[in-house]
Amino acid sequence: MVKDAILEYVKGEYLEEGDDRELTFDTPLISGGIVDSFSMVSLKVFLETKYNISIPDAKATPEAFDSVNNIVALLKEFNIE
Amino acid sequence: MAFRTEDRNIFKTQIEDLKSAGIFKEERAICSPQDSEIIVEFPIGSEKKTVINMCANNYLGLSSHPDVVKAAHDGLDVRGYGMSSVRFICGTQDIHKQLEQKLTEFLGTEDTILFPSCMDANAGVFEAVLTEEDVMIADRLVHASIVDGMRLCKAQQDTFKHSDMAHLESKLQLHQNKRLRLVITDGAFSMDGDLAKLGKIVELAGKYNSMVFIDDSHSSGYIGKTGRGTHEYFNVVGKIDIITTTLGKALGGASGGCISGRAEIVEMCRQKGRPYLFSNTVAPVIVEGALKVLDIISKSTERRDKLEKSTEFWRKGLTEGGLIIKEGETAIVPVMLFNAKLSQDFAKDLYTEGIYAVGFFFPVVPKGQARIRTQLSAAHEMHHLEKALAAFLKVGKKYNILHKTKQEVIDMYGA
Repeated sequence: MVKDAILEYVKGEYLEEGDDRELTFDTPLISGGIVDSFSMVSLKVFLETKYNISIPDAKATPEAFDSVNNIVALLKEFNIE
Repeated sequence: MAFRTEDRNIFKTQIEDLKSAGIFKEERAICSPQDSEIIVEFPIGSEKKTVINMCANNYLGLSSHPDVVKAAHDGLDVRGYGMSSVRFICGTQDIHKQLEQKLTEFLGTEDTILFPSCMDANAGVFEAVLTEEDVMIADRLVHASIVDGMRLCKAQQDTFKHSDMAHLESKLQLHQNKRLRLVITDGAFSMDGDLAKLGKIVELAGKYNSMVFIDDSHSSGYIGKTGRGTHEYFNVVGKIDIITTTLGKALGGASGGCISGRAEIVEMCRQKGRPYLFSNTVAPVIVEGALKVLDIISKSTERRDKLEKSTEFWRKGLTEGGLIIKEGETAIVPVMLFNAKLSQDFAKDLYTEGIYAVGFFFPVVPKGQARIRTQLSAAHEMHHLEKALAAFLKVGKKYNILHKTKQEVIDMYGA
């Protein structure tokens, strides 16, 4: 599932080794301090590469990327489910 | 009047928000030249006090060195105060070209271009050399000026976990379809005091056909056996494609910065670097001062050797005294307190003891990693360091954090 793939990616990409924080589909990623505005670009690269889409900067907002569920909602706009 | 009361109130509210969030910054007035001992008026208007400075970027103690001051005076007399021009109209003097040549020799590169600051160099370099066909892959802890510079560039941006070479390798593999790849890192990281793993980065860059960029602002002048910087420390001189650095720290401390590296890249910056093209030339006084600095440190390694010994004493003293520091190889030594309020209270008590150091907390450093960043200088004599160490341990004892683990400190004060 798209949801699971994104959650797995976020865990591997943003948690350091030994970081045992529990991440769920609703965990706030940016407002929760897990992903910062700079490293958020990597998440965009991942989504664009994996799903072969181009997310315009206007849509790649901290709010749109703030949880796995928000990202899933964003991907629906690109017909990815 | 265009600035209405309601306009003013918008800004007033924003300022109050900063204050209530505890992130409002206050300046302290220093009423003396920069040195190991400075006269400070804090808060502004209060009685002046002589304190030991433990937070300047004056790594080599050259900011107020008499020979540097004299060279700057001579520069003022011979070349004037300002040039009233950008470089390419009528702002390039012979001494600008001399300084660029001297920096090229010192850094072991092919060519150099001066900028008004390293902030400007970082703001201009990426846009000048990369396009949307390329990718920039940056360590997540790079300086804010690099983040800003990357945002001004059309190349794709990506990041890797701080100093995580396996993660960097995976990103280099991911971006093999790009025209150019550029790995971007600080040489020395300013908040943690550690060095980039530059040897490994150069190796990976070779394997995956990538260029390498370092900002060596906190290394130039003292890291490496002769102070050339992080590339000298890792024995990769000549293998770094772009080095940016500052004249505003170890190299005299006034202002100015540069991009140094491959000749064609430097030329592209000369042709297209917007902060270079559209801001004033570096003032002659600063150029002459910087030439003298390079002259001093090229003749002798005495100052960086002294700094190395002082740093060793300081790191050992803090650790044996029971404080938690971030391990590293540089003259930046963060004393970890984890809690934001504790970092502020600790700094205030140090000031009472005659030590000037500043507490840093979120958003300058990650949440739960508040600290006092100490910085050593070749201007520090042993008696300065002994007094400062005694003060740190006295204040540490007051807060009962000596010989405690990170978790014990967090349990007492929160993160």
